[in-house]
Order: sequence, then structure tokens, then C-alpha cells
Amino acid sequence: MHIHKYEKIWLIFGVGSLILFLVILAIGAFYKGVHPPSHMDTIDPKNVQENESFKEENLGLRQVGENEYIVNVLSSGFYYDLGKDEDGKAVNTIRIPVGAKVLFQTTSTDVVHGFHIAGTNVNMMVEPGHISTLETIMQKPGTYTLLCNEYCGSGHHYMAATVEVYEP
Amino acid sequence: MMEKHLPIPQKEARLVMAHMYVAFISLLVGGLMGLLQTFVRSGSFDLPFGIGYYQILTAHGVILALVLTTFFIIGFQFALMSKTVGLSDKQRLSAWIGFWTMLIGTLLTASTILTGKANVLYTFYAPLKAFPTFYIGLALVVVGSWIACFTNFRQLAVWKKSHKGEKSPLLAFMVVINMLLWFIATLGVAATVLIQFIPWSLGMVDTINVLVSRTLFWYFGHPLVYFWLLPAYMAWYAIIPKIIGGKIFSDALARLSFVLFLMFSIPVGFHHQLTEPGIDPLWKFIQVVLTFMVIIPSLLTAFSMFATFEMAGRSKGYTSLFGWIKALPWKDVRFFAPVVGMLAFIPAGTGGIINASHQMNQVIHNTIWVTGHFHLTVGTTVILTFFGISYWLIPSLTGRKLTKKINTLGIIQTIVWSAGMFIMSGSMHIAGLLGAPRRSAYSTYTGAEQVDTWIGYQLAQAIGGTILFIGIVLMVYIFFYMVFGAPKGKASFPIAEVSEDAEPTPQYLENWKLWIGITIALILFAYTIPFIDIIQHSPPGSEGFENLIR
Repeated sequence: MHIHKYEKIWLIFGVGSLILFLVILAIGAFYKGVHPPSHMDTIDPKNVQENESFKEENLGLRQVGENEYIVNVLSSGFYYDLGKDEDGKAVNTIRIPVGAKVLFQTTSTDVVHGFHIAGTNVNMMVEPGHISTLETIMQKPGTYTLLCNEYCGSGHHYMAATVEVYEP
Repeated sequence: MMEKHLPIPQKEARLVMAHMYVAFISLLVGGLMGLLQTFVRSGSFDLPFGIGYYQILTAHGVILALVLTTFFIIGFQFALMSKTVGLSDKQRLSAWIGFWTMLIGTLLTASTILTGKANVLYTFYAPLKAFPTFYIGLALVVVGSWIACFTNFRQLAVWKKSHKGEKSPLLAFMVVINMLLWFIATLGVAATVLIQFIPWSLGMVDTINVLVSRTLFWYFGHPLVYFWLLPAYMAWYAIIPKIIGGKIFSDALARLSFVLFLMFSIPVGFHHQLTEPGIDPLWKFIQVVLTFMVIIPSLLTAFSMFATFEMAGRSKGYTSLFGWIKALPWKDVRFFAPVVGMLAFIPAGTGGIINASHQMNQVIHNTIWVTGHFHLTVGTTVILTFFGISYWLIPSLTGRKLTKKINTLGIIQTIVWSAGMFIMSGSMHIAGLLGAPRRSAYSTYTGAEQVDTWIGYQLAQAIGGTILFIGIVLMVYIFFYMVFGAPKGKASFPIAEVSEDAEPTPQYLENWKLWIGITIALILFAYTIPFIDIIQHSPPGSEGFENLIR
């Protein structure tokens, strides 16, 4: 099939930039190892306590290294279970020092939820039967909102918690 | 060689118009739901009569994304097929059966939403569970659309038999590609609805496999947007050149780009599931690459459009570098509305590239940026082209004229729409980058300052939404005026001819077995391994949650 000369130039330029773009994405994905959250472990949604990370005493923020933390969260309609404080009250705010390495782990006990610390790239889907994880370094101090960004029912817009990133 | 065009007899016009009535009534009802949502999200309005935010959100999505589009597209495509290859009595009967099946399905689903038992949004993600009639209604809409598919396939097959050795008319070729795309894509949603959702919602099985249902849904969900876009491309390629007094730049390139859309719009659903657990990131990446292949036919289309415009302008004697732009009929709404839609596709497509970019998706996933994005694509590019089509299609079917007054009103409508959408979609994009979620009623969450920064943009969305609703009222008025009020006369059904300079179309472009074969091969390549993986590593299934949607 004959293609007009100008159209050839246009297509070579367009397809060329497309290839360049995809190569950059591939370098990010396979050389730098930056993939979107795709954790493969499964769990019984009716018996999440079976998994060490989601035992009641392990929920919420835990320090695991000098500057390393794990945050285990149970997502369900319509709140994030971040464990209990010393007085036995439900935790709704977690505080993380700036620059710390944090691993977020969550799963759902009912429907599909979202897990987004608004304004950051901590953004993943939470599905019953699957464990979602994401490791990050919180680099900017501030008060962030952790919110559900996948419709989960009539109280969906109340499903939220606070994440404070502070200067130690 | 010139194509012969057939007249559309009254009986066929009635069939097309039946689809158009449903489409434009949907526009009004669905648009009103959208307006109410922007009001709620502004924070200064509560819904009356115990109506829920998620109820109107479900209605908005189902009525506009599924009902309006499907009815308009199928009606428009029947008009194109009647005009180019004809519609026999038998085929007309099956078309009517398809129409009624879809309409009954629509009413069943809509009435379930009205009773508040299906607040599951138009994506109906399991394990939120709606009342069974919601899913049964949707299944009927799909089955009805399949009847339309096979009627269109038959129409072209019959024509081919009596025109041995001739290439099929361009528009008929395009319609058949779009219906093939629709049929192959809807197999996914039909599978999940028939095999998973209906038995589960009826209580015949206890649990549902969530990830399988989502994967089947998105196998359908992305080609769905191309099913909306391709009829707009039909008008751009084969109708608009006639309106501007030009010719089709190249018949072969138009067909090639449709074939490429068929191949590359289906094996790409994972780019809607990028941040999901349980799917191997390698396969996500492979589908991201396949997603970007549709950029090639989009580039072909952009080139063809501007080449057509320039050729038409130059043939009218404008010789300077950009002088030909002046020769275009800017005051003809049949040209103006779709061209504004085309221009909107530049930012819309750019946003789409960001959304599908493997890692970058995490920045905007499920934020209201995404809502802003598809209000530019389907809500501006596609719908303004559909409006542009209506200005000649409706009067030509009803035997009336497009009056000067309606032409002017149509231009005003286009400007109102663009202004409203600029404000609404623009503020959605910005608020999304700041982290504001989509699909959520008004909330201040935990009261953090961060949330305050979103509220101003939500007010702007209500202002944009109000302007858009004025646009909808104008359009619905124009529609009914063209049906009942406009003076009797003859409006033309513009179909362009191919330029004399265009190269002949190669035979292989009509090798259906080849194109369908490659399409199926690509789908099998992109989905077989990850899908087996998903099934083999399935967690225990999920019971339904009806209590959460009340």
C-alpha cells in the first residue's frame, strides 16, 4: 500500500517517540524494578487472622528496623483497622518519621476497597482474598489523608484515616 | 468508482429513530443525574426524598455510558448500513427484535436502580451484590446488541453475494469492524454476568471469584470505549469530508486504521487493573505495550483528518500555508461540533497515555482525574461528534430541514458544552492530581487541611456541570425540534467520495479471516497465561455484600 511522503514522516516521528516512551517505561519496570503494586499472596477473607501480619496484635504501625516500619491494615466497610492503642481505643492516626522506609500491607474482609494516601503514590486496590503491599519512603512532612478511593458502599466516603509524616 | 447510495424508506427511518428517542431521553435523564452529583460534591446540597448519592451515580453511569451510547451507535449504524448496503424486510425484523430486547433490558435494570437495590455503580464490582434483575437487565441489553451485530454482518454478507469481486462500501466495512469489536469484547462481560453474577445473585452459588470477574469485566471495559469512538471516526473519515466539500484522503488508510483498532483495543484490559494484587506485573506490562499500539491508528486518523481539511481548503483556491483553515465551514454546525470534539481529543488522548503508563497510573488511579479524562473522551469528543451527526441524520430521517436558526443554536450548544466541560473536566484533572478520589460523595474525611484544597475544585465542577446541563437541555430541545417542529423538506445524508489521487485499496484489507484470526491470537497471547494463573492461585470465593449498599 502506498503511503504519502508526509504521512511517512509523521508516522516515523510518532511511532519513534512511542518506542522511546515504551523503552523508558521498560527501563523503569525491569531495570529499576518499579512496578505497580502486584503482590501475589492470597488469604482467606473470612479468616484473615490466620495470616501473621493481620493478627489483631500486629495491626497498625510497627517499627522493624532503625528507620524501617511496617503498617498492617485491615480494610473493611467502612474503616481502616490500624490496631488499638494502650487504652484499647481504635487507632485512627499513624505517625511516621520523614525519610523512613515503610511497608504497607493490607487486605479486605469484605468488598473491594481502595488504599490511597492522597497526594502520594501510595495508591493500590484492596481485594478480598488478596494481600496488597507497597513499600515507600515518605519524603515530605505533612498531614496526609489515607482514604478509600474504590466505591465500597453507602459509607464509602467516610472510610479514612490520618497519616502524619513528621520531622524527628 | 462511485458508490451508489440507497434511499432510506420510512420503515427503516422509523427503526433508526426508535433508537434515537431512547438515546436522547437517556441524555436528559442521565445528564440530570450528573448535575445532581456535582451539586452534592460541592458540599452545599443534599439530595431530597432519601435518594442516595451512589444511586444517582449508578444511574448516571448506566444511562449515559451504556444506554445512550449503545442505542445511538446501533441506530446510527443501521442508518449507515441502510444507506450503503440496504436492509431487507427480514433483517429489519431482526433489528426490531434486537431493539426491543435492549429496551426491555434497559427498563429492567433502570427500575432496579430506582428501587435502590442496585447501588453498585455501572462497573458492578463483586462482591457488592445487586438485586438479580440488575444483572439480568444488563444481560438482555448485551443480547439485544448481539442481534444488531448479526443483522449488520448479514447485511454486508448479502450485499457481497450480489456484488461479487467488489470491495465493500467504506462505511459498511467500518460498521462491521465496530460490531466485530463489540461482539468479541462483550463475550467477556456476558461470561461474567451469565456464569458468575446471575447464579450468585440468585443464590444458586454461595461465592464469587472477585479477580476473575474484574478481569472479565475489564476485558470488555476498554474495547467498550473504542466501540464509542469508532462511530465518531466513521463520521470523521467518511462524512465530514463531504460536509466541507472535500474528498476522503485515502480509503485504504481509513480501513487500515479500523483494522488496527479491532486488533489492539481488546488485549489491553489490565491497564485498568494496574494497581491490583494477584496479577503478574510482567503481564501488566505486556498489556500496557499492546495498549499503546492504538496510538498508531490514532496518528493515522489525525493525519488523514488534517490532510482532508487542507486538501478541501486548497481546492477552493487558498494557497498560503494556513490559509486553507479559512476555507472550512466554521459556521456549519455539522462541521463545527465534531471538529471541536476532535480538538478535545488532543488533551484527552494525552491524559489517556498517562493513565495507561504502567507506573504513572499510581499517581492518578481512582482519583477524579480519571473522571475528568473520560468526560473529555466520551463526554466531549464522542458526544459532540454524535451531536454533529444528529444535525443531518435526524432531519434526513424525519423529512425535515436543518433551519438556519437550529444551525445557530447548535453552534451555541457546542460552545456552551465546551465551556462547561473545560471548567468541569479541568477542575477534575487538577483535583485528581491533588489526590481527590472519584466516585465519592461529599466528605471532609478526617478534616485534614489537604481535603480543603479539593473543595474549591468541587465547586468549580458544580459550575461546569450546570453549564453542561444547560447544553443538554439545548440539545434535547434541538432534537425534538428536528423531529416535530422543523419545516418539511429534504436534508442531505452526506457521504463522501474517495479522492481521485488516492491509491487503490488493496484486496487483503477485506480478508476478514485474517483480521479476526490475528485479533483472537493477540487476545489469547495477552490473556491465556495470566488468566490461568489467576484461576490457579484463586483465594476462597467471596459471599455477596448487599448490606453495604443500603
